[in-house]
Amino acid sequence: MNKKNLFNICSFIFLFTALSISGVTISDSEKSSKFEDECINCHIENEIMPEHFSKNDIHWQKGLSCAGCHGGDANEINEEKAMSKRNGFVGIPDKKEIPNFCGKCHSDIGKMQLFQARIPTDQVSQYYVSKHGKQLKIGNLDVATCTDCHTTHEILPASDTRSTTYAINIPNTCNNCHGNRDLMNKYNMESNQVAEYSKSVHGIALLEKQDIGAPSCNDCHGNHGANPPGVESISHICGSCHVNNMNYFNNSSMASEFADMEINACEQCHGNHLILKPNDEMISVEEESTCTECHSEGEEGYIAAELIYDKIKSLSSLYDSTKAISEKVNIMGMNNIEIEYSLKNIKQNLIQSRTLVHTFDTSEVFVKANEGILASQGALLLADNEIAEYFERRLGYGVAIFILILLAATLYWKIRSLGS
Amino acid sequence: MGTDRRKFINSLLGIGSLGAFSAIIYPIVSFLIPPKIADVKINSLKVGPVADFKNNSSKIVRFGRTPVILIRTKDGEFKAMEATCTHLDCLVQFKEDTQQIFCACHNGIYDIQGRNISGPPPKPLKQYDVNITDDEIRITSQDV
Amino acid sequence: MKKLLKIENWLDERFDLTPIRNLIEHKKVPVHGHSIWYYMGGISLFLFIIQVFTGLLLLMYYIPGENAAYESVQFIITKVSFGWLIRNLHSWSANLMVLFIFLHMFSVFFTKAFRKPRELTWVTGFFLLLLAMGFGFSGYLLPWNELAFFATKVGTDIVAVVPFIGEELKIILRGGEDVTGATLSRFFGIHVAILPAIFTSLLVIHLFFVQRQGMSEPEEFEQLSEKEKKYIPFFPNFVLQDALLWIIVLIGLLSLTLFFPWELGLKADALASAPLGIKPEWYFMFMFETLKLLPAHILFVEGEVVGIFAFAFAGIIWMFIPFIKFSKRKDLNSKIIRWFGLISLIYMIIFTIKGYL
Repeated sequence: MNKKNLFNICSFIFLFTALSISGVTISDSEKSSKFEDECINCHIENEIMPEHFSKNDIHWQKGLSCAGCHGGDANEINEEKAMSKRNGFVGIPDKKEIPNFCGKCHSDIGKMQLFQARIPTDQVSQYYVSKHGKQLKIGNLDVATCTDCHTTHEILPASDTRSTTYAINIPNTCNNCHGNRDLMNKYNMESNQVAEYSKSVHGIALLEKQDIGAPSCNDCHGNHGANPPGVESISHICGSCHVNNMNYFNNSSMASEFADMEINACEQCHGNHLILKPNDEMISVEEESTCTECHSEGEEGYIAAELIYDKIKSLSSLYDSTKAISEKVNIMGMNNIEIEYSLKNIKQNLIQSRTLVHTFDTSEVFVKANEGILASQGALLLADNEIAEYFERRLGYGVAIFILILLAATLYWKIRSLGS
Repeated sequence: MGTDRRKFINSLLGIGSLGAFSAIIYPIVSFLIPPKIADVKINSLKVGPVADFKNNSSKIVRFGRTPVILIRTKDGEFKAMEATCTHLDCLVQFKEDTQQIFCACHNGIYDIQGRNISGPPPKPLKQYDVNITDDEIRITSQDV
Repeated sequence: MKKLLKIENWLDERFDLTPIRNLIEHKKVPVHGHSIWYYMGGISLFLFIIQVFTGLLLLMYYIPGENAAYESVQFIITKVSFGWLIRNLHSWSANLMVLFIFLHMFSVFFTKAFRKPRELTWVTGFFLLLLAMGFGFSGYLLPWNELAFFATKVGTDIVAVVPFIGEELKIILRGGEDVTGATLSRFFGIHVAILPAIFTSLLVIHLFFVQRQGMSEPEEFEQLSEKEKKYIPFFPNFVLQDALLWIIVLIGLLSLTLFFPWELGLKADALASAPLGIKPEWYFMFMFETLKLLPAHILFVEGEVVGIFAFAFAGIIWMFIPFIKFSKRKDLNSKIIRWFGLISLIYMIIFTIKGYL
């Protein structure tokens, strides 16, 4: 018996005893019945844990042993045999090899369908079309690979809220590189995208209000095929949620002008990462105007902007004043149910008018806005009636009390006269 | 002088009583006259005759404080659900071509049962019952 | 006037109005330091009449049942002409009525008007008080709003504390295990039919007793000589004074109605959690606060059961006050009764105020 074998036997006995006594249950509920993963047993014992190992990792949960990715023999206790090239041991792959390393399974529908019938298997092929993939192919190791976004040993499905690829967590995941100023400077790229996005209306919706209906980085830029060539701007994506805005714009006179001048549609006025909640001033001709960037005074576009702004502004002010008066009516204790209902319609109308701005056609905006203005005036009339009623009641009360006091005084007088 | 005074007080008393009596009777009579919109129940709403509603059309009606969309599908079936989108409260509309309900604000789509099937809406649209009695369409809240 | 005399004669020929004429001509009311309390009963009656009339008017539009109750009340106060007035009058008058009944009861107590021969007047009066509180409890639920729903839940939960029959009583009151539409139906029937029938009968008996026996005279007054005793005729003096007071109460009531309207709040939702600040109506507050203070167990009995029994016991003593002799000595007996009343009154006031702090 040589030293090595002795060592192996001893470690085996030690390991066995240690495990039995310490009660370490590496094999959780579902796994102990399936198989014994000697890889992890040994690694736990020797405290050489894989990077960020988590038992929640989906591969681990599905019963994929270490050897399933890294090769080798998961049943083998002997370290050398377990991690031998003969047993297919790959070890830690080079960064350049990672997409193929994962693609071993993830691009093979035969393997993947066992877990989910309609699971996509195009991640690797998409990846190599993307900017990240292209750069990786030519040897640039600064780009993200599978493990940079998905992690190595704590991979969770994107629907899991703890996952690095869960919608709310994605900005943070991307920011690991794209927020690194030194790294980004190397490639003449900005590093403020996530910072800007966090202040945007989408960012606030996603990150603060936890609305996963709001777009995360991948909803505009794509997942594995992020930023493919030929896609210069994300403006075309906006229309997948903001349907009407896109349709109105595309049918407007501005669309062809923009295309000719190679200006990116939505992005030009609304920005890309720092998309703020639009305000009516953007369609005005004042300081915050987006129109005056191109149109100067006297031009058709300038005049149109002025007209549209005035109309929208008057509807908006009417809405605000109607809302205020509805509140006032409520505080007075009078009925504001119909007024509140009307306000819902006026609000809808205001939203529609603002959307119609994207036709850049004054008549379209006017027709819709005028409907809203009419409705506001109706609601204000209702409010006036309620307020009038409020004062009428007090007047009626005054009259009734006056009569009653008169009667009471007369009674008192009568009683006095009876007494004497 | 005494009797005159007494008569005066008595007549004042009479007038005062009459005044007070009128001040009491007037509100009571006014109260008893029913208001023009006699429909008390805000958990049931009469919309109108069936004939007014063509197939493949929709209409938003006021149900108490809530806007409700009444839809007649292309097969003639009636559906009613809350018209407020569950995402950010815009008013939805009926798309005749796809027989789906659609919210123009962020492209949220619900199927004809009101289930949220695409886009940001997190929840389905609240359903209302539609009954037809004597050719009249009546929408009722499902809250018991 | 001549026409009135003609009518009087016509009726007299047929019905012999002599007893009525006697009453009008001969009934007199003592005048003394505590005469003011004579009006309390009349004001309570006035407020009850207002309750009946406003209640009947509300019945024209109110729809019982959890689908429509809240909406119908909302309809009344927003759409019906003067609906806001009738509803608020009803709510305020209910509270004022209970207040004046208490004033009436305590003033009768402290002037010892319950002593012989008026014991039964006291007893019927006590039942009328309980019925009035029953009116308040049942009526409170009828708008089917959040506050009322939970107040009813808490109130009926307390009924369950009574040993042996408590649970059954609660189920009968609620029309089921929980407060539901069935409870609303029951309370509606109780409020507009059962209680009015019983109350009116008892009230008629109570008033008949008062008319038959005349106004009670306090002991100090009784002991005066015939010459010293001052009286005013019931007709027209007392009646006019009563009318004056009624008008003043009406003015107060109308002012409260306009400037402190009753809120409707939100519709009851059985699945929602209880809102902050559910309280019973003020006339139940002292009992509610007492029960809150009691420890979970006193000796081997549950605290709440002790509380309920204590109140029941106190109530029974109160009802039988005219019949109980605490001491053979008359002056000591009086003293004990007076102290019992004072302590009860002060206790009730303190614990009512405590509930609002």
